[in-house]
Amino acid sequence: MMTFLGYLVSGISLGSVYAIIALGYTMVYGIAKMLNFAHGDVIMVGAYISFCATNYLSLPAWLSVLLAIIVCTVLGVVIEGLAYRPLRQAGSLAVLITAIGVSYFLQNAAQLIWTSNTKIFTSIVSIPSLRLFGGQLTITGEAIVTVLTCILIMAGLTFFTGATRMGKAMRACSEDKGAAQLMGINVNFTISMTFAIGSALAAVAGVLLCSSYNTLIPTTGAMPGIKAFTAAVFGGIGSIPGALLGGILLGIIEIFASGYISYQLSNAIVFAVLIIVLLVKPSGLLGKYTPEKV
Amino acid sequence: MKKKNFMSLLLAAATCFSLLAGCSNGGASGNAGANANVIKIGGIGPLTGSAAQYGIATRQGAEIAVSEINELGGSIQFELNSQDDEADGEKGVNAYNTLIDWGMQILYGCTTSGSCAAVAAESFSDRVFQLTPSASSTTVTEGKDNVFQLCFTDPNQGKTAADFISEHKLATKIAVIYNNGDDYSTGIYQGFAAEAEKVGLELVSVTTFPDDTTTDFSAQLTDAQNSGAELVFLPIYYTPASNILLQAKQKGLSFSYFGCDGLDGILTLEGFDTSLAEGVYVLTPFDTTSDAAVSFIEKYKEAAGEAPNQFAADAYDCMYALYEACQKANITSDMSYSDVCDALISVFTSSDFAVDGLTGSGMQWGANGEVSKDPLVVQIVNGAYVNQ
Amino acid sequence: MNKLKSMKKSTRKNLFTYLLVIIAYLLIQLLQGQGLLTRSLQGQLVPVCCYIVMALSLNLVVGISGELSLGHAGFMSVGAFSGVVAAMALRSSIASPALRLMIAIIVGAALAAVAGFIVGVPVLRLQGDYLAIVTLAFGQIIVNILQCVYMGVDAAGLHFRFDNADLGMTDGTTIISGPKGTVTVEKISSFTAGFFLILITLFIVLNLVNSRSGRAIMAIRDNRIAAESVGINVTKYRLMAFVTASALAGAAGALYGLNYSSIDPSKFDYNTSILVLVFVVLGGLGNMWGSIIAATFLTVLPEAMRGFEDYRMLVYAIVLILVMLATNNDQLKGLLSRMIPKRKEAVKHG
Repeated sequence: MMTFLGYLVSGISLGSVYAIIALGYTMVYGIAKMLNFAHGDVIMVGAYISFCATNYLSLPAWLSVLLAIIVCTVLGVVIEGLAYRPLRQAGSLAVLITAIGVSYFLQNAAQLIWTSNTKIFTSIVSIPSLRLFGGQLTITGEAIVTVLTCILIMAGLTFFTGATRMGKAMRACSEDKGAAQLMGINVNFTISMTFAIGSALAAVAGVLLCSSYNTLIPTTGAMPGIKAFTAAVFGGIGSIPGALLGGILLGIIEIFASGYISYQLSNAIVFAVLIIVLLVKPSGLLGKYTPEKV
Repeated sequence: MKKKNFMSLLLAAATCFSLLAGCSNGGASGNAGANANVIKIGGIGPLTGSAAQYGIATRQGAEIAVSEINELGGSIQFELNSQDDEADGEKGVNAYNTLIDWGMQILYGCTTSGSCAAVAAESFSDRVFQLTPSASSTTVTEGKDNVFQLCFTDPNQGKTAADFISEHKLATKIAVIYNNGDDYSTGIYQGFAAEAEKVGLELVSVTTFPDDTTTDFSAQLTDAQNSGAELVFLPIYYTPASNILLQAKQKGLSFSYFGCDGLDGILTLEGFDTSLAEGVYVLTPFDTTSDAAVSFIEKYKEAAGEAPNQFAADAYDCMYALYEACQKANITSDMSYSDVCDALISVFTSSDFAVDGLTGSGMQWGANGEVSKDPLVVQIVNGAYVNQ
Repeated sequence: MNKLKSMKKSTRKNLFTYLLVIIAYLLIQLLQGQGLLTRSLQGQLVPVCCYIVMALSLNLVVGISGELSLGHAGFMSVGAFSGVVAAMALRSSIASPALRLMIAIIVGAALAAVAGFIVGVPVLRLQGDYLAIVTLAFGQIIVNILQCVYMGVDAAGLHFRFDNADLGMTDGTTIISGPKGTVTVEKISSFTAGFFLILITLFIVLNLVNSRSGRAIMAIRDNRIAAESVGINVTKYRLMAFVTASALAGAAGALYGLNYSSIDPSKFDYNTSILVLVFVVLGGLGNMWGSIIAATFLTVLPEAMRGFEDYRMLVYAIVLILVMLATNNDQLKGLLSRMIPKRKEAVKHG
């Protein structure tokens, strides 16, 4: 039983990181209708910025996170403006390939700036671990902070897209860009804002990811990026609660699969579950089913 | 129609550009005199991608050795050209072909086993002498008389580790966590498991993890804990190992740990809390206390800004092994690579050829390409290695 | 000449494509005969052929059928591993390497087709990005499974173990060894074989595209519901394109696998799938000729850029982004069509 609970806690903690990354994916996908393959690498940049701020500039943890968020936000907006905006009229595949190019670029630039050597990320969380049931179950401070942050972000985003002017503009753009423009919404600005928010989330995710799993190399973001993308689709891409649900479920399945079924095939099992869910529910768990019209 | 033609034009223009860029090929290090006998050595290792840190470490180590050798001003000078293989067989063979075009006489590499196995098949059919610093898989040397290793083979490391654990009675109940997507890790595990059975070690928990950079080890650690293991054997690289040590500490688990040469370098990781690795045993060939090692470490720090690990030390030793062999075989810069190969094979396999290096003294090679040197087990005490 | 003119435009275009491939082949053979090709270029001939076949087959899925697939390398891995096993198992019974290579390619294609069918039947119910993610997932599953496969051959036949290196052979050869992938493979692939494979692939793809089935596939791509309403069996035709592409990818995989003495399974993860997708999109969706050029160019480019040393992959990324931006830039396109008036005409008529 304790083992089960232990796995559950680890799964939720890992899943929360996926969820935060997936939220960024979903936001961008919802509006720009593009798979931003470079998202995972923005995570890595965020982690590196925070690492440098704490290790080289000796800044306090909260300031290093803030710095990472600012840098990633700027980076996201710049990437969108330079690489994606010129392709707005082009097909979605052209943007996908450009995003892959950006991903290669970020990874290789990071290697030149920070070298390829593994950096050990110092956790920004100073809360001690919680020990329950006489030490049989441990919940790390990182896990607590990650889960809380995830819930906070999710609540914030729901409020933002539902109630604020900017959020409404975003939803309008995601429904119909042309109509939104006619209504006086600045579509380009709205998309830039979405990238800014997505990248800020990526920075947070990067810091939390590396706080829990302490190693940092230029390709750190790649696999979590792919898994979070999977999570976003799992939950129904474009849906904010869907990304949260998808991320957390993916984390839990991953841990349970390696704990109870097979260590060797844990990745295969995660992806197999995804395939099965999509076959049963083709638009993801919470995705909107949009019937095709002629 | 229009778009297609435009595309072709653009691609053609870009091809011209890339071919022009290709003309400036031949990045070489070492500054030998005009009349000296300069031997061309080609190096292959991952310089980009997720394994880049290992390839860059070997390149740096080799470059230090080459500049030292050239400063000696002897009759033999080295010129080293390092090429990137992204730890991939296809790119490795491409890099190898590029080096052949460059005029390579001796091949040093590859850093990783997978790429090395593909390249070794090429060097075997071309007759190019190959010495790898760190590709420790047995498939690299199997059936090829021209390929030599400076590192222990994977099964051999596993065997040595099992013997050490049983001889020193470190534990009887052992858990293993290895990377089943990595042949280095799987190879050591297989050697370890076979020997453990012989010497009476009980493997109570064997768990694996897939080959990606961020992994949650709760399931693996929980399994080790529930099975009552006293010692966790970690035949993996230091990057995931540092992660395991941290997660075990967070969970309040206290195992003793035993790692292989892939763990060497964990102490010098930037930002690593060395107290996490307190008491960890490492089977490493790199004795950091010798005078030669101290001087090497200093030079490496100056060049790379951080301390070297055994990858760099292996590469450094490779260059000196090649240097001594070249002297012995009277290799000259006008010899073809196949002549060099035959001469070097006979030197390497001769019984009176022994090399003292940072990773072992009196290193000798058998006809199967495997090195024989004494393994060294160290324990991390107060953040430093203490020889056992 | 009149006969040529009286042909259908598409037939003419196709003949032109074959002709260019043959000329390219002869030219390279000539250069190689004269010793004008560097080792580096010679070594890339076979992989370039494999990537061309991969790009052509993926173009069938992405360009013609309109499905985004991110797991094409998965089918390549099925072909590579089964092809290698076939070639190695037949080593003692068939002496001719060319024949063995042919059998290996056929076996690889057949098994990849089976895999394509198994994956395709359930998966092709999905659309767009959902299909993309499922194919990506499939590619990762295959890699994960292949990392646990051990196979060997001895006098008694083939031995197979899952997740256990002990094959119980006394004097056999191990062919597939878990994460090491294929080991000690006898290299029997050749550029000529690659050339024929490209021709066959072109033949299959172009004929399919210009056939009744091909038109049905494209009708489904352009408007699924309209196609369905005129009685086109959507599942059948989508599956036809998908399975054909998988089989061709398997053939490419077999050729690739037999060109290297060792390949590890992780070679076929999503990175390779994405690489091939880049070829297809850069070459133009549905444009076979473009796929051939893009695959060649983007495979040779990183090698040609070795002079940049540590900046190589960074420059590659920048070139990729710039090419994507340039090819989709309306002003540049306009400028070009003004510069070359003939092109402008072609647009008007085309």
